[in-house]
Amino acid sequence: MARLRNYLNKIKPNFEPGGKLHAFQSVFDGFETFLYTPNTTSGKSLAVHIHDSIDSKRTMIIVVLALLPCFLFGMYNTGYQHWLALGATEFPFWDLMIYGFLTVLPRVVTAYVVGLGIEFIVAQWRKEEIQEGFLVTGILIPMICPPEVPLWMLAVATAFSVIFVKEVFGGTGYNVLNVALVARAFLFFAYPAQMSGDKVYIGTGAPFGFGTPLADGFSCATPLGQLATQTSSNIQFTGANGLDISTWDAFLGLIPGSFGETSTLCILIGGLLLLLTGIASWRVMLSVFAGGFIMSLVANTFASPLYPASYLSPVDQLLLGGFAFAAVFMATDPVTAAHTTVGKYIYGFLIGVIAIIIRTYNNGYPEGAMLAVLLMNCFAPLIDWCVVNANISRREKRLKAKTSRS
Amino acid sequence: MQLKLKKGLTLNIDGAVENWNPCAEIVPTTCAIYPEDFHGITPKTNVKEGDLVKVGSCLLFDKTQPDLKITSPVAGKVKAVVRGERRKILRVEVETDASAPFESEAFDTASAKDSAAILSLLAGSGLLAEVRQRPYDIVPRLNEAPRDIFVTAFDLAPLAPQPGFGLMGDDAAQVLTKAVEVLSGLTQGKVYISVSDSGFSGTIKGAEIVEVSGKYPASNPGVQAANIAPVNKGETIWCMDIATLYKIGRLFTDGKVVSQTFVAVTGPEVATPCAVKTVEGASLPEVLAGRLKNDNVHKRVICGNVFTGTVENPDSKESYLHYPWRQITVIAEGDDADEFMGWASMAPSKMSLSRSFPGHFLHKLFRPDARLNGGRRAMIMSGEYDRVFPMDVMPEYLLKAIISRDIESMEKLGIYEVAPEDFAAAEYADTSKLPLQKIVREGLDFLRKELE
Repeated sequence: MARLRNYLNKIKPNFEPGGKLHAFQSVFDGFETFLYTPNTTSGKSLAVHIHDSIDSKRTMIIVVLALLPCFLFGMYNTGYQHWLALGATEFPFWDLMIYGFLTVLPRVVTAYVVGLGIEFIVAQWRKEEIQEGFLVTGILIPMICPPEVPLWMLAVATAFSVIFVKEVFGGTGYNVLNVALVARAFLFFAYPAQMSGDKVYIGTGAPFGFGTPLADGFSCATPLGQLATQTSSNIQFTGANGLDISTWDAFLGLIPGSFGETSTLCILIGGLLLLLTGIASWRVMLSVFAGGFIMSLVANTFASPLYPASYLSPVDQLLLGGFAFAAVFMATDPVTAAHTTVGKYIYGFLIGVIAIIIRTYNNGYPEGAMLAVLLMNCFAPLIDWCVVNANISRREKRLKAKTSRS
Repeated sequence: MQLKLKKGLTLNIDGAVENWNPCAEIVPTTCAIYPEDFHGITPKTNVKEGDLVKVGSCLLFDKTQPDLKITSPVAGKVKAVVRGERRKILRVEVETDASAPFESEAFDTASAKDSAAILSLLAGSGLLAEVRQRPYDIVPRLNEAPRDIFVTAFDLAPLAPQPGFGLMGDDAAQVLTKAVEVLSGLTQGKVYISVSDSGFSGTIKGAEIVEVSGKYPASNPGVQAANIAPVNKGETIWCMDIATLYKIGRLFTDGKVVSQTFVAVTGPEVATPCAVKTVEGASLPEVLAGRLKNDNVHKRVICGNVFTGTVENPDSKESYLHYPWRQITVIAEGDDADEFMGWASMAPSKMSLSRSFPGHFLHKLFRPDARLNGGRRAMIMSGEYDRVFPMDVMPEYLLKAIISRDIESMEKLGIYEVAPEDFAAAEYADTSKLPLQKIVREGLDFLRKELE
């Protein structure tokens, strides 16, 4: 390790102002601080002399770790759905994993290259250190998209989102909206044909020549996508092989859907890690599920054939689509969520309620979680404003009581 | 009266003093006072090299209110008035007269009957300079009578000794009662004394005793005030620790200023942590001689605790104890650590409030160094400050108002109630490694300048 440190020390002058490679100072600094915890020490006075061991790198990496179960399962499920669509009866584990891996790899690389590239440039331009926020965003974006989303679209959406949602506001910590979700929303609204419907949620191709491509025109919608065509109160979803999908399948995640968000089980494992380490707010997570459950119960109680989704039981509502994923990984983004303690309950609850409202009462648009989170991102500052104002008015009342007494 | 504060933190750091009986008595050859320790004073001096002084003799006075003085901790000869850039006074050094080092000026306390006389005696003896007023966390302004006075009798900072330990003898209750009697004449309100399981306990007549339970920073008088009777706009309160109260009591009992103090030498880089009997402003090399570990670790010597202390370099002959003169903490500097991928470390030696570190669950003593352990970032994690901020103030929003220099918001969010030290625990816990105490200090100074 000492050799690496010496090597870094040797090449460091090249990246400092005046050096040959000074245009890459932020990049070098990013890698250096990644490899070695900076030796910067505390101030000499008017400062604490010791700091907690936690930093934003660890925080972000823990979120990435929490996403890993979903990511690995996504690889498996992408292969599984493909094999299912082929009509296979045997599902060789490693083949499925490799198929899924080869499908998602170019997407992950694209997201990271585009997003981190922009981060590096902006950091250099602003003469700041590179922020770690995109480590999470970069893996989230491919996970919430259909498995075969075209690379150039992904690149455009990522670039749009990083620049206009994050960097123009000042970078990580200042953004109002969730960067990954805006990339997803951008894709959805800019290229609806490639992002919705019944043709996109199953991998059809043979990535890098691996596997057998499906016949043209194969279609299988996600369970939520099938809702619109349901007419009876006895809802039945069919999978890629034409057989019924059980609640258990939905819980495990063996259903068509976005790459990483089908498995509620893996989401719960990730959520557990986030809660145990205290990285994500349990207040937000809990209240999203509470809001979703209560709203589903209400919708189910007043179920009507006009809105087929209202026939879904509350449990199915929470298992299907991106709801659980949004509750655990999207709503809990500390920057875009409400910042006050009371605000977090309100913010989470409303996300749950609105996600189910959109899903149930808007037949044209089955996935409500994404829009619900983005909508509440916009309202989080308002919720916080109300909570902060309660604190302010307590203080004002105290002053008034004081002056009226004297 | 009882006060239960839930928020806060407890850190288990290696190097606590086990035996509080002093291990040495040191009468330093030189002592010094640093005017920067007395925020809010614009120091002027009327002594020069060679002047003879006693304990309680004026060394510095405030330019805007000349009655307010900072006085000498020892009897002897002024050695130097050390100035920095633009002739700013950095410190005044006094060479101790070895024959009678603690001879005090005689203050005529008997004739101080009315509040004006009491105040001028307090200001003239240098004891008022040890008191802090809120708002602004400065040395009190003489023209503003305090609404209430808050005294803390305990200290919950890591490794900290209890204020006034060793100093207060059997007659403490009497002396403190005298001090409370004197101070009661200066305020329309009450004198609150916050006690806890640790620290002083005893009966003090005339004071409102508040039993506090909680974690750091619950021992800050300002935090206690915010939970007992918060400062409103236009009000002033005084905050002090019980050592200062005791010294006021001694001044009004026998007319003398006490400047002897017991200093706890603590921290992971101290060979044998112990208490030293010495004098306020004592020369650091003399107090520390032979007490630090003899290893190759870069050391950071902090006058005070790890949260709010001031760093001094003990290798330099010209370094002295800083106010409040009761603790020295020595930790590793860590600037040569070169830790490989520290952010991924699962080492149990990592100290953290985060449950992502195994050390969080271990009941062990940690040996932290002075590194930030990360890079400075924008505020990312929400609610992190709240967990260690036991006041009805929203720290994140107040800090943002301060950073944006928005006076109206600062007032609304309670800037008058806070001092930099109240943010120390939050600064420790901060993922984004922001210099919170500095931000608050600059905000308070800005506000004071704008409103005056």
